[in-house]
Amino acid sequence: MRQKDSQIRFDLQIIASWIEPGSRVLGLGCGEGDLLHFLKNNKGVRCTGIELNEDKVARCIEKGLSVLQGDINEEVQDYPEDAFDYVILSQTLQQIYEPGRLVRAMLRIGRKGVVSFPSFSHWRVRLQLLTTGRAPVTRELPYDWHNTPNIRVIALKDFRRFSRETGFSILREVAINTDHHEKSGNIIRLFPNLRATYGIFLIGRGTRSVIAARQ
Amino acid sequence: MSVPMFYSGAVSPQNHQPSIDNPKMSEYLEHARGGDSVGIVKKRSFTFARPPKRMTLENGSKLGPVTLAYETFGALNPERTNAVLITHALSGDSHAAGYYHDDLDKPGWWEIMVGPGKGIDTDKYFVVCSNILGSCMGSTGPGSINPETGRPFGLDFPVVTIGDMVTAQKALLDHLGIRRLLSVAGGSIGGMQVLEWCLRYPEMVVSAIPLATTTKHSALTIAFNEVARQAIMADPNWNNGDYYGGAKPDLGLAVARMIGHITYLSDESMRQKFGRRLQDRRDFSFNFDADFQVESYLRYQGAKFVERFDANSFLYITKAADYFDLARQYNSGSLVKAFSRARAKFLVVSFTSDWLYPTYQSREMVKAMKKNGLDVSFCEIEAHWGHDAFLLPNERLTALIRGFLGRVQHETKG
Repeated sequence: MRQKDSQIRFDLQIIASWIEPGSRVLGLGCGEGDLLHFLKNNKGVRCTGIELNEDKVARCIEKGLSVLQGDINEEVQDYPEDAFDYVILSQTLQQIYEPGRLVRAMLRIGRKGVVSFPSFSHWRVRLQLLTTGRAPVTRELPYDWHNTPNIRVIALKDFRRFSRETGFSILREVAINTDHHEKSGNIIRLFPNLRATYGIFLIGRGTRSVIAARQ
Repeated sequence: MSVPMFYSGAVSPQNHQPSIDNPKMSEYLEHARGGDSVGIVKKRSFTFARPPKRMTLENGSKLGPVTLAYETFGALNPERTNAVLITHALSGDSHAAGYYHDDLDKPGWWEIMVGPGKGIDTDKYFVVCSNILGSCMGSTGPGSINPETGRPFGLDFPVVTIGDMVTAQKALLDHLGIRRLLSVAGGSIGGMQVLEWCLRYPEMVVSAIPLATTTKHSALTIAFNEVARQAIMADPNWNNGDYYGGAKPDLGLAVARMIGHITYLSDESMRQKFGRRLQDRRDFSFNFDADFQVESYLRYQGAKFVERFDANSFLYITKAADYFDLARQYNSGSLVKAFSRARAKFLVVSFTSDWLYPTYQSREMVKAMKKNGLDVSFCEIEAHWGHDAFLLPNERLTALIRGFLGRVQHETKG
């Protein structure tokens, strides 16, 4: 499926399409607030963001977003239960030291969560390890082992298992093989664990069986 | 040579030459002269609480009549929805921006932030700033005449609180016909007033910008204030606060100001600005002259301060700041419960090198706001200049305030 060009990245467009208009959204590691800005202006969403980097926080506030500077692992703890309809963790799970603790906190303060991450099970990653015998370096995960902020390697299959072990449900999932920065892209339906570069999951409380609505 | 008179005498990062003979100050002023200004402004005053309708203070005593000096910048819109109240710090005054017609050299203390097209844009907002109750810049304070005796109050002036200051500001706004504040903004003790406004008159405050401030003084801050007060009270001229007819406790007040200035800077800014450099000499004097530049700077700041500030006001305002404790005032110790009263949207800003009101104190208020589901933005600005940073030119701070106010105004219309 080809999406038409829009102002925000393709993966963010998919996330935005899952968010109910007028809902309350918390963006973890929201960067310069592209997604939140889009949701606010196009879906009347009440947004808050959390971002560690001062420059990015300032950019967000300058554009009229409500954003807190801080460590997402700590900041999520302060909100009351059900403070948000959605808590979004976009392209950041691979950098989290305690993913279970964070995801549980997300689903305490938010009714639903959105989690996306680069997939480590893409065939190019597998091939690189097989052929070169070295830690793979890809477009999606472009760092060397010693300078990467991405301390976790995650496959789509791993995330599904993680959901069962941690005790949350996957309400929806989409696999894409789009460049991180591109505004249009492809949704992968066939062999996503092998062919997708990114996975995007809508998660909820409880362990009811995966609906796996692969759009 | 003009000398800037703003709270904490912000120092420039590069240009300071801390000599009493050559009191060149701060690119702050140079900067302030650039760009648009609100131009000539006039200090006004408003008197209320005339007997028998005197104002009841937090300590239970009555005060009246009460006068507040104030200035306004920009125009109130017909809907009366664009008013922004600016609250000043310890030694500030109503003169937040612009120039007095008889003093064209010296702009208001927040000229860099308040004016046409600036962070607090006077083309969009009607800005009000009043001198706080207990001060000495035109508002009723210990140096004012006590109507019961016909002499200055001195220590007969009641100990006022931050809450009393805010109550008085509310009376002024009532007088100006302002029922809703688009925002209240201020730093340090001004920031305390901002927070007090949000809890005391929650239905009036649409948004709030507490800068470099705290919900309560730490023991460290109280300690510095106490040493400063002791310096004043140890001055024989202080005479239990009764000095208005004769020599003033200038030495004590100067030392108090010197202590203050140390706390407004930071280790790094003092190292960069002064280091161990000597003032107008090549070697030690081997006496107790101001050998070091930092000594000369502090003496200069102390000497300038006594020309414009009343020692008793310094005592009263620092005491009010030490007493300030939002959690105690509004809910027996729980800051979270205290903020349950608030309705405002917040922009909280701290500065990395501010050790007088460190970032952890801003985070505490942010946490309490979050737990109440309040709309809060927070930014810790990297700055080397200590507590002074909130008054120095800072594009980041300007952009944050501009963006925040723009959003609030937009959302209010919508």
